[in-house]
Amino acid sequence: MSTVVKFANPSPADTGSDPEQPQISHADSFVELEDVTVTYGRGKNVVRALDTTTLRVKAGDFVALVGPSGCGKSTILKLVGHLIGASSGYVYVAGREVGAEPVRIGMAFQNPTLLPWLKIRDNVMLPLKIVPPFRGEYRTKRKTEFRDRCDALLKQVGLDGFGDKYPWQLSGGMLQRASLCRALIHDPQLLLLDEPFGALDQFTREELWAIMQELWMTRKPTVLLVTHDLREAGYLANRICVMRARPGQIIDDSQIEFPRPRTMAMTYEPEFVALNQRLRELIVEARGAPAASAIPEATP
Amino acid sequence: MNSNVRRKIASAFLIFGFFVLWELLCLAFHVSDVVLPRPSQVIYTLIVRFPAMWPHIFQTVYTTLLGFVLGVSIGVVIGVFIGWSKLAYDVAYPMLVGFSSIPKVAVVPIFVLYFGAGTVPAVLTALVMCIFPVVVNVATGLATTEPELEDVMKTLRASRFDILWNVGLPRAMPYFFASLKVAVTLSFVGSVIAETVASNRGIGNLMMIASASFDVPLVYAGLFVLAGLGIALYAIFSLVEARVTGWAHRKTEFAMG
Ligand SMILES: Nc1ncnc2c1ncn2[C@@H]1O[C@H](COP(=O)(O)OP(=O)(O)O)[C@@H](O)[C@H]1O
Ligand SMILES: [Mg+2]
Repeated sequence: MSTVVKFANPSPADTGSDPEQPQISHADSFVELEDVTVTYGRGKNVVRALDTTTLRVKAGDFVALVGPSGCGKSTILKLVGHLIGASSGYVYVAGREVGAEPVRIGMAFQNPTLLPWLKIRDNVMLPLKIVPPFRGEYRTKRKTEFRDRCDALLKQVGLDGFGDKYPWQLSGGMLQRASLCRALIHDPQLLLLDEPFGALDQFTREELWAIMQELWMTRKPTVLLVTHDLREAGYLANRICVMRARPGQIIDDSQIEFPRPRTMAMTYEPEFVALNQRLRELIVEARGAPAASAIPEATP
Repeated sequence: MNSNVRRKIASAFLIFGFFVLWELLCLAFHVSDVVLPRPSQVIYTLIVRFPAMWPHIFQTVYTTLLGFVLGVSIGVVIGVFIGWSKLAYDVAYPMLVGFSSIPKVAVVPIFVLYFGAGTVPAVLTALVMCIFPVVVNVATGLATTEPELEDVMKTLRASRFDILWNVGLPRAMPYFFASLKVAVTLSFVGSVIAETVASNRGIGNLMMIASASFDVPLVYAGLFVLAGLGIALYAIFSLVEARVTGWAHRKTEFAMG
């Protein structure tokens, strides 16, 4: 692995891993990538999307992945969600090899991907229809307990009373809220968010950060958040991993110690701005571009 | 909305004007009804001889709809199978393209060979005519599922059947219903062609016999009935489509924002 720049804290887990027994993961890590390499394509078109990457995430932690596009951020989420396999190395979730144990996972993307033929409430309840143990009770509880649970969640994200609307009746920001609800309704242990606020305007985005923080603080799922917005990462995450492309690697891993609940005003304080500045420089460097051509949204 | 109404009125005028012009030109040039009957003569023939035409009309509608229902059922099964499985798609697609490029009229003699002239070849021709658009549309509809939505479903550990049932099939519905109006028109064409070639009943057959005895007004009366039926079938399935899959068209009516 190339040089790892350590900032606020050293790497969270010391390197006491036992290479003889790769099947046993670290006790306190909920998500763990061990020397994972992912390549797409073959022959001349082969792309090394992720190169011998190690990442350990504690249960209930909130980790943001930032970096230039194409550096393998989405690839990490897909590995952890068991949507693709590692070309080499190991991926563990909840102490077992990924996919071995049913872990409840919620996922949300930049595109809300709601089903246009279902009302918002039915969209949000979709995971309950699929995931055990809710699955077996869906028919009997969807008009009572599940419905209440869904409406409570909608209320928490500011969509009170929108359960009976169809997706085409809602704005982009509202759809994204509904999409977050769908990712959370089945009380997931793991939340995978791939630029969920990327398509929203500044104010809607900041509103959703606050909602996201509250949801995380009340439910404490383990979160992996991919974002391009360094303020977003600094506001939401406990830990920020900076990546670089070709080959995709984590080049920096910082703990973010700001107290919670964090406020929007905090993102303009000198300490926060300094953090942003430092991360931004790392990313500009990782892109291999001159510092003048800034990363979008890098500074407030 | 206003321009929409105006366009509809203009269309109605065009159609009406076409028949008026036809009528007037025939009158002006004293065209014999053995060469080209006037629309009024055609309508008159249609009304007077309707009792004799009715069994033929019934036969054509019957063979069209029977062939259509069977063809659509088979088309849906094949479409779901192909749209569901990448392997089935890759394996079966060349053969489907091959079959679909055969002019369907060419299969009528084969059906007659095995089943004799009559109802069965008409139903079978209607059936083969309408399978392909249904297969293609259903398969396409299933294939349009967003990869991200599929990822969401997969991380929920949804089975392939769960994904098909909750996402794929509803998503394919607009495509399916859009294909129905095309399919029913094709079935109708197939059925009439088969009647014309090999049957003793149906409007196609009626027109053949009428033309053989130079009963030109009756030939045109048959044509008018076919046009009316064709439009009616298309309109019915357009209406069904609009009713069932309204969600697919809503976005254009309401601004997002
Ligand atoms: N399905 C795929 N086939 C081929 N290459 C891919 C595929 N998915 C991603 N890649 C490549 O892998 C690299 C990392 O992709 P990704 O993880 O999506 O990056 P990010 O999310 O950080 O923008 C990119 O160079 C991308 O072009
Ligand atoms: Mg990405």
